Amino acid sequence: MHELSICQSLIDMIADEARRQAFNRVEVVRIEVGRFAGVEPGALAFGFEVASRGTVCDGARLEIVDLPGLAYCFACEESVELSDRLAPCPKCGGGRLQPTGGDELRVKDLEVV
Amino acid sequence: MCVTCGCGGGETTIDTGEPKRRHAHDHGHPHGHDHSHGHSHGHDHSHGQDHGHDHAHDHAGDHAGRTVALERDILSANARLAADNRRLLAKTSSIALNLMSSPGSGKTTLLVETLKRLGAVPAVVIEGDQQTSNDAERIRATGRKAIQINTGKGCHLDAHMVGHALEHLPLEPNGLVFIENVGNLVCPAAFDLGEARRVVILSVTEGEDKPLKYPDMFAVADLVVLTKTDLAPYVDFDGEAARAHVARINPSVPVIEVSVRREDGLKPWLDWLTTQRRAALEARRRQIEAELAALDAGVPA
Ligand SMILES: Nc1nc2c(ncn2[C@@H]2O[C@H](COP(=O)(O)OP(=O)(O)O)[C@@H](O)[C@H]2O)c(=O)[nH]1
Ligand SMILES: [Mg+2]
Ligand SMILES: [Zn+2]
Ligand SMILES: [Zn+2]
Repeated sequence: MHELSICQSLIDMIADEARRQAFNRVEVVRIEVGRFAGVEPGALAFGFEVASRGTVCDGARLEIVDLPGLAYCFACEESVELSDRLAPCPKCGGGRLQPTGGDELRVKDLEVV
Repeated sequence: MCVTCGCGGGETTIDTGEPKRRHAHDHGHPHGHDHSHGHSHGHDHSHGQDHGHDHAHDHAGDHAGRTVALERDILSANARLAADNRRLLAKTSSIALNLMSSPGSGKTTLLVETLKRLGAVPAVVIEGDQQTSNDAERIRATGRKAIQINTGKGCHLDAHMVGHALEHLPLEPNGLVFIENVGNLVCPAAFDLGEARRVVILSVTEGEDKPLKYPDMFAVADLVVLTKTDLAPYVDFDGEAARAHVARINPSVPVIEVSVRREDGLKPWLDWLTTQRRAALEARRRQIEAELAALDAGVPA
């Protein structure tokens, strides 16, 4: 359940930012998660709820923006989008794919008061 | 919670193997040594006074919400500490290897046999487990230095724990630093420790389909070691299929097959270690050449 430590890092970062930018409460946390980031959105949502209790993020809504997986297809010789690590190339159906992107795990922005 | 570096991990303990040095990771710790891995994270921002007035003090609508753009990696604090570890290791051209696998795949056994064969090559070990110092003791029995990190309920090591472990280890020129991660084929993949290479270990008894079931782990591997190959016939392990599954996830990663029991395949593994040490020295040479060029050009490096 590394999603819990990921949420802990997220909330620590936001708590720092709350001191720096003087806000008291966060209503929305928007994060971007790539298909290859190795995290379960469900587990993230749960981890966020647990880790946010009693913090500036208590009660905040976690919005997860899903980013596609990217890979280079050796057969097509171009970059393609994949829905998961085991998906075949959407163009040629082949499996010789080198992942090139989609491991994002970023906080985009916050709605705060 | 740690006031020095913000770590909340009351559960993590570090056992250096020296009497009475077993201390909770509570950071009241008066480490006499240099706490060098950049524990200033977070704190450079927290002195409220000089910042407090750039926010919306416009009283137009005190309670109106606003958007705060962050655009930052969630694990950026870990990434900073990993970079600190990497810098520290680079000073001695050391090579840190992050060994990841399920529990029981043979990591400690492989390390013990490796250390016995390394001769004069400097090597130290950081052991990660939820509980016990058993593995560190197995390593120490070979005469090498080992630090045990117990993560409590933590399912993976992180750069912060490794940074603290490194404080207790002698880093010798061009030495190997083996980091045995907590046994888990999922969680450790997400956390950079500052290693040079990630080694994923899969024992034949786990079955050849594991690369497909745990693709995120195999995707980050710089080397895959198939262990316990002496048992392959007993468990109908299909080595060809295993290699194909690894290649499906990570087309360029090399795969080495080892049986410690039969002392089989250790040579390619030891050669691979030498190649990594060589790469560290070459990086150092390039750096020195750049410094020489700058010096000759009369520009401060
Ligand atoms: N047959 C066989 N057993 C092995 C081999 N390597 C390790 N083992 C056994 O596998 C078990 C787990 O090994 P260990 O090194 O503790 O695994 P770790 O949890 O990954 O560190 C031990 O009982 C070892 O003796 C091998 O090459 N062949
Ligand atoms: Mg072990
Ligand atoms: Zn294709
Ligand atoms: Zn600390």
